[in-house]
Amino acid sequence: MIEREQVLHVAKLARLRLSETEVEKMAGELSGILGHVDRIGELDLDGVAPTSHVVELENVLRPDEPRPSWPREVVLEQAPDPADGAFRVPSPRSEA
Amino acid sequence: MGDVLGLSAVEAHTAMSAGELSAEECRDAWIEAAAGDRLNAYLWRDGDSSAPGVGVERPSIAPVAVKDIFCTEGVPTTAASRILEGYRPAYTATAVRSLIEAGAPILGKTNMDEFAMGSSNENSAYGPVLNPWDRTRVPGGSSGGSAAAVAGGLAPWAIGTDTGGSIRQPASLCGIVGLKPTYGAISRYGMIAFASSLDQCGPLTRDVSDAALLLAILQGRDNCDSTSVGVAEAPRLPDRENLDGLRFGVPAGIGADGMESGVREVFDATLKRIEALGGEVAEVALPHAEHGISAYYVIAPAEASSNLARYDGVRYGMRAEAGGDVVEMYESTRAAGFGDEVKRRIMLGTYALSSGYYEAYYGRAQKVRTKIAADFSSAFEAVDFVVTPTSPTVAFELGEKTDDPLAMYMNDFFTVPMSLAGIPAISIPAGLAEPEGGGPRLPVGFQIAAPAFAEQRLLDAAYALEQGIGFDAKPGETDA
Repeated sequence: MIEREQVLHVAKLARLRLSETEVEKMAGELSGILGHVDRIGELDLDGVAPTSHVVELENVLRPDEPRPSWPREVVLEQAPDPADGAFRVPSPRSEA
Repeated sequence: MGDVLGLSAVEAHTAMSAGELSAEECRDAWIEAAAGDRLNAYLWRDGDSSAPGVGVERPSIAPVAVKDIFCTEGVPTTAASRILEGYRPAYTATAVRSLIEAGAPILGKTNMDEFAMGSSNENSAYGPVLNPWDRTRVPGGSSGGSAAAVAGGLAPWAIGTDTGGSIRQPASLCGIVGLKPTYGAISRYGMIAFASSLDQCGPLTRDVSDAALLLAILQGRDNCDSTSVGVAEAPRLPDRENLDGLRFGVPAGIGADGMESGVREVFDATLKRIEALGGEVAEVALPHAEHGISAYYVIAPAEASSNLARYDGVRYGMRAEAGGDVVEMYESTRAAGFGDEVKRRIMLGTYALSSGYYEAYYGRAQKVRTKIAADFSSAFEAVDFVVTPTSPTVAFELGEKTDDPLAMYMNDFFTVPMSLAGIPAISIPAGLAEPEGGGPRLPVGFQIAAPAFAEQRLLDAAYALEQGIGFDAKPGETDA
């Protein structure tokens, strides 16, 4: 069972604000899903190597040569609050 | 030329090569057809006045509908999320670039489940897509708009993405062909990331030949995606006439898990069809495939929780002003911008990766993934292909599963194992079946999976089976 406190903790880690209703609902739904997932706890997986990627990967290298990048104004055009050639955000000061 | 919309993309291409059809005429006919969208399949169409088109000056092939998860320069790209409302990317995804270079105009951007998370298209922030066979039912997801557009006569062919079944399942529910290529066959550059170790672009088409042609255009190595390798040789149009000497493996115990009886009947009839075409049907053991859903719904949300951290209201998309500090701004933006399913997956993934739970969930899921891939490797020593129904059910009703996330996830039961193993799989329409609760008969998809990079063999066998089945039902023509 996922408790309310755990939901709030995980929501904080994920930078998600959940309403009271969402917290209750999320606790029930996550419990149900994880209850199903818990069946993999019964498998004997000792000595099994984890798979993070299915393709054999090699590093792709290229010469370190300067190339043009996007003009600043093109990138800032998509920003919700551009100012002085930068991304403006609210002050970080009150974070505990 | 007469019935342009009646032609498959390959047929249209043949007509263009013979000088019987101009590519401009073909494009214009499809732009007009797409304008009649009553399925909510498109989020943006070429010809919508609000944005300039994606440039192909001299078209030479049928136009393509593109899932709204692919970045298109200057054209709205939302991944069906509020958080990307108004976003116009500064660049175009490699897959879309490949289409443009091949002379294929972009017909429009198709609706989808938000960030490709869903199996019914009900998670779109812009409303669900309707199934052209029955507008009270879902088209499947997450590439539901692409599938409905092709099935509903709003596009000749389309591209989508498949992370755990998001091309194959909607293709199945809409009665068309959907191919998930081998992981790495097609570049993911500019494809908005959901679960990076699983996401793969692929075609949704009327028939297997169109899927082969589209794969040939899309596949290839891309310096912007270090995981892209392309396929060994450029796919050619399939022409195999029988299944002589080919072995098809059916997972032992299949059907014990919530498969509708109508789906079972079509599946069994298709196995008989394989034998009639000279193929051999045998049982194979995939003992860990049943744990696919568990592994997938840890790994995919874990990767998603990391990929979606970038949506914070700073660089692009929407911002919700909270009046507080920057963290409050992040939290308000993400609360207002993401839908329920996306929040659920972010929560699930963050939990699975959090201190104290990492090994029990993420670590174990990655080991299950190894076991599933190993099961397929052993199976492919005995058979050429593994076959299953694509989806345990036909198209279900809108709203039927929205209150039960786990029931919704079970739609992916047959498609998730191939995604975890990274191997190619195709869904072809195999027949019609009545839904469990009664009603008009609906399409049933048949899934064929092959070893990594065996796309040509897969397409050839799927083509031979497609010809043998002769599925020619169309939406609106079935017994009501």
